[in-house]
Amino acid sequence: MTDHSKDPRPQQEYFAHLAEGRFMIQRSRSSGEHVFYPRVAAPRTGAQDLEWVAASGLGTVYATTVMRVRPPASAYNVCLVQLQEGPRMMSRVEGVPPESVKVGMAVRARIARDDEGQPLVVFDPAEGAKQ
Amino acid sequence: MSGSQERFPRGKTAIVASATYGIGEAPGLSSLDLAVSASTRALSSVGLTPQDVDGLFIGLPDDYLSGLSFTEYLGISPRLTDNNRTGGSSFQTHAIHAALALEAGLCDVALIAYGSNQRTASGKLVSSLKPSPYEGPYKLARPVGGYALAASRYMAQYGLKKEQLGEVALAARRWAQLNPDAFMRDPLTMDEYLGSRIVADPFSVRDCCLVTDGAAAVVMVRADRAKDLAKRPAYVLGGAAAAWHKDITNMPDLTVTAASLSGPRAMAQAGVKPADIDVVEVYDAFTLNTILFLEDLGFCAKGEGAAFVEGGRIAPGGTLPVNTNGGGLSCTHPGMYGLFTMVEAAQQLAGTAGERQVGGARLALAHGNGGELSSQATLILGTEETL
Repeated sequence: MTDHSKDPRPQQEYFAHLAEGRFMIQRSRSSGEHVFYPRVAAPRTGAQDLEWVAASGLGTVYATTVMRVRPPASAYNVCLVQLQEGPRMMSRVEGVPPESVKVGMAVRARIARDDEGQPLVVFDPAEGAKQ
Repeated sequence: MSGSQERFPRGKTAIVASATYGIGEAPGLSSLDLAVSASTRALSSVGLTPQDVDGLFIGLPDDYLSGLSFTEYLGISPRLTDNNRTGGSSFQTHAIHAALALEAGLCDVALIAYGSNQRTASGKLVSSLKPSPYEGPYKLARPVGGYALAASRYMAQYGLKKEQLGEVALAARRWAQLNPDAFMRDPLTMDEYLGSRIVADPFSVRDCCLVTDGAAAVVMVRADRAKDLAKRPAYVLGGAAAAWHKDITNMPDLTVTAASLSGPRAMAQAGVKPADIDVVEVYDAFTLNTILFLEDLGFCAKGEGAAFVEGGRIAPGGTLPVNTNGGGLSCTHPGMYGLFTMVEAAQQLAGTAGERQVGGARLALAHGNGGELSSQATLILGTEETL
């Protein structure tokens, strides 16, 4: 049996980085293209040369909505953030009412914890940041 | 995007029968029972029985092996079983594959079938999709939230008034009022539309498709046999599919669907242009879909779809009949709706659509959508005069 134990484990590695306080994304060494979500091969080229790099954490809201859940639960934001490096990710913007999150808003990443205590990336408005 | 020259067998196959069953509520029946009920009705309407089917195309919502389940249930032995699953567009891809297989002699009678009991069984959309570990924690209600994200982007890029989305909902309801099989036939006013509960900004309940039971089936044969079976077959003139993502996050541009690829390819195969089409059936899972698909299929320019639907243009009496059965918004939406666009298109071309019949319809478009604006597949159907 071929030993694949040294091959990348993208999902495990992503969440391990996050648990240690690092928001990392992948970059293909050959093309320089950044990739999110984590994969074993780069899109289109199939290159298996994806390496972890620290995300700048800066991004722009590409699309946004408000989940109007039934009371007593309160409405919350879900948005797509275009990272400065190129890829998009689903997340939410915190610290402002969900309906005031706007397309084009500059945001900055922060690592938070979900209801189960798992680390996840959320965003805050990046005041004064260039859009 | 480049590719080899497509050699679709234009007009070599035809839909000779179509049927729906159990639209609305069909308590006590499984999805398979429903699919069989629609299938036997379609087959018997042209003097065929299940044992004549040697090409089976199916994808039930709750059964990954539904091609085998259906085969066993009816005691048939297909030479070709196609279980392709690209969400609600699966059935358009089935028709494309069926046309190729019929033409190549790999089967002689192709049946495309679907059924779902989601309304009476669970009361909500039955989905076999698991959320991605990277997206699940943000609790986006899917699929509505995914389409709402696309709407927010469209609003930011092109402007989109809530009333323009409302025009789509009102048009669908007015068509449904002409369709005795439609599930929601009460009048719907703009005030009622605007007052309906918001689910995911900017969508309210009336921007969302129904949750119903229902089944549909169509039968396809080669053109040389079509006229022996049906008075007015719907010949398959073109068919093309395209996809470039699954989750809405990874759609290249949230305002442009892959219908912008599938539509032009299907029309090129058929040798028609948007202005030639008499009846348009598009998968309206949400009001936004109709606007995006009218743009991407070439009925208006990108960014002009919202204005295009104003003034009742796509409603009964308007200049472009769209979703003449009432669509997923007001007729039926049993989880996957793509096959119902094909049934309605075939019935319009057969001239059997009753009160909602579009006079002199010769060319129809039936467009399916799967996932979150992901898979797109377009069929062009025509009467004998278009061959």
